[in-house]
Amino acid sequence: MNTQARALPRVVLVDDHGLFRSGVRAEIGRQVEVVGEADDVGPAIEVIDQLLPDVVLLDVHLPGGGGQAVISAVKKEHPEVRFLALSASDAPEDVIGVIRAGARGYVTKTISTADLADAIQRVADGDAVFSHRLAGFVLDAFAASPSAADVKPSFDPELDQLTSREREVLRLIAQGYTYKEIARELYISVKTVESHVSSVLRKLQLSSRHQLTRWAAERRLT
Amino acid sequence: MAGMREAGDDGGVHQQTEPTEQAWPPHGFRGSPHWHRRAERWRNRGNGEPLRRDPEDRLAGGVAAGIAAWRGFSPTTVRIVFVVITLVSQGWTIPFYLGGWLLIPARGAEASIGSRARHDSRGIALAIALASLMCVVLGLASVLNAGLINTYGWQQVPSVVLLVLIWRNASDSEQAVMRHLVEPLESLSGGQGVRRGLGWRLVAAVALLGAGFGWLLTSHESVALLRPLAGVILVTAGIVVLLGPWWLRIARDLVLERSARARAEERADISARVHDSVLQTLALIQRRADDPQQVVQLARAQERELRSWLFEGRTLGDGDATTVGEGVRQIQRDVEARHGVPVEVVTVGDCALDDDLNALLAAAREATVNAAKWSGAGVISVYAEVEPKQVEVAVRDRGKGFDPDAVPDDRKGLAQSVHGRMSRHGGSATVQSAVGEGTKVTLTMPRSAASAEAKGGSRR
Repeated sequence: MNTQARALPRVVLVDDHGLFRSGVRAEIGRQVEVVGEADDVGPAIEVIDQLLPDVVLLDVHLPGGGGQAVISAVKKEHPEVRFLALSASDAPEDVIGVIRAGARGYVTKTISTADLADAIQRVADGDAVFSHRLAGFVLDAFAASPSAADVKPSFDPELDQLTSREREVLRLIAQGYTYKEIARELYISVKTVESHVSSVLRKLQLSSRHQLTRWAAERRLT
Repeated sequence: MAGMREAGDDGGVHQQTEPTEQAWPPHGFRGSPHWHRRAERWRNRGNGEPLRRDPEDRLAGGVAAGIAAWRGFSPTTVRIVFVVITLVSQGWTIPFYLGGWLLIPARGAEASIGSRARHDSRGIALAIALASLMCVVLGLASVLNAGLINTYGWQQVPSVVLLVLIWRNASDSEQAVMRHLVEPLESLSGGQGVRRGLGWRLVAAVALLGAGFGWLLTSHESVALLRPLAGVILVTAGIVVLLGPWWLRIARDLVLERSARARAEERADISARVHDSVLQTLALIQRRADDPQQVVQLARAQERELRSWLFEGRTLGDGDATTVGEGVRQIQRDVEARHGVPVEVVTVGDCALDDDLNALLAAAREATVNAAKWSGAGVISVYAEVEPKQVEVAVRDRGKGFDPDAVPDDRKGLAQSVHGRMSRHGGSATVQSAVGEGTKVTLTMPRSAASAEAKGGSRR
């Protein structure tokens, strides 16, 4: 009811596989308004520039620079455009990379249609969307040797730690709980869950922890 | 030459009765168990296949590697033995090596080079011509009393013959290798590729060689010790001037060829994997297109395998897991394959397995299998987190759940065995469930001092 009253979020699809784009368009065409498509970094930046969509559904792997390049190019001119990263990749390096570039969330391509539409709506509303996999990555990254000697002194130490509540929320996301289930499990409201997730996202993007990137790079190697 | 060829080919071998299992050991030895055992061991060495040259692992023709694989030695040992015998026997093993090259088929090839060489009349003529020329040169040398050439030269007459035959009749890939080795001689003999610089090198080399040989040959009657030494130096210098660049190139080419071979192997590995896994799965999916459940399962299993190969560099063998993460993924694979229910796995941190953690994994497996069998849920999520002090695994489904107060017997069995496993190793298990909402089994195992010492991300 609520979603009916509101205008549908305007979405641009960026993915180098035409088949995938048309598949997504066919599946979520009712819940969102797909206003444009692009298959490469250059065209994507152009299309987004012209259409100024609410949400860009962005593939992490693109020829010519990847999703990160699109995000950083668009963010300069239009910080209000929001990105939701979508990928078949499990490599933490890629995922953490686009999140740190400014994406509001990350979902895998195996996500169900309903969940994807829900995720787009959430991102359009300014919330963060973590798939269970991303939650696992984040927990892993922030857990990696916080006391080790290689921690560079940060400008804001608060950003380099997750609160215990945030960890709890992430753990439940990693176990496949929905926000509603998390809220019930932890006796908090859904809005509070959302604010926890958003604050984790902010920490992920703003934290100057060098381990974040190094952690991702190491994971790729081992 | 001709005799050797026929013996190696179809003629001789088939007329002899092959020694069969019963015929060996011969009568005299049959009573002795010691002998029998020895023979058995000897026969069971090696790969049990017929003798084949190994083109993958070759320095020249792959004969040594072939023999090594056949008899179960290390190729290096065979090569060293070969070189030692060559030195001791004044080079007599070289023609035998080349004979082997000619007569033993390469692995994967049907015919030996020899069987092709039989029809190569030009090659045979060329070989005979070269051999006779060499005989003349050697005869001259012996008249001139060049002792060194006399001791080592004659053995190599058959080598030259064999080499010519091999060269003309080897398969393309082997020929390419040999062409690198023989190229400069080709150009010396006035072939296509006379390049600039070669003429100068030739003049300098001939001058040096001539001077050197002259010195050597005239000086052996004189008493002065320095003069033959100078001759040797001149000869060496001549050879280096003439052949030095060629040697350098051979060394470089060998390195290049090695890495090219490694690349080719890698490509073969990739295509084999794509064929074995991806193409096979696609074929299966096409055949089962009418059974969506099966198709999804196949696609998932394949996706996971490819993923772990691409992004994690792991081969998904059936090998035992050595870390918690691997163990959990193994559970995922097994349950999906056996029960057809997708399992979503998230792991945080990792550590090596010990007895306690193995027990934890066994309990987790039981909980997962149970969820797959009874919950009716479409997906099961398994979450494993390795913390400095403990390891936690949560198995959760959104299936029909049950009322913990009215537990059916089979469920009780599960709860007890999971609890039992965990508490025996100092861990704990909790089961939360409600009808219609699914079940969550949380397993916690404290890490032993030893495994906690090697911190979170440690891997074996």
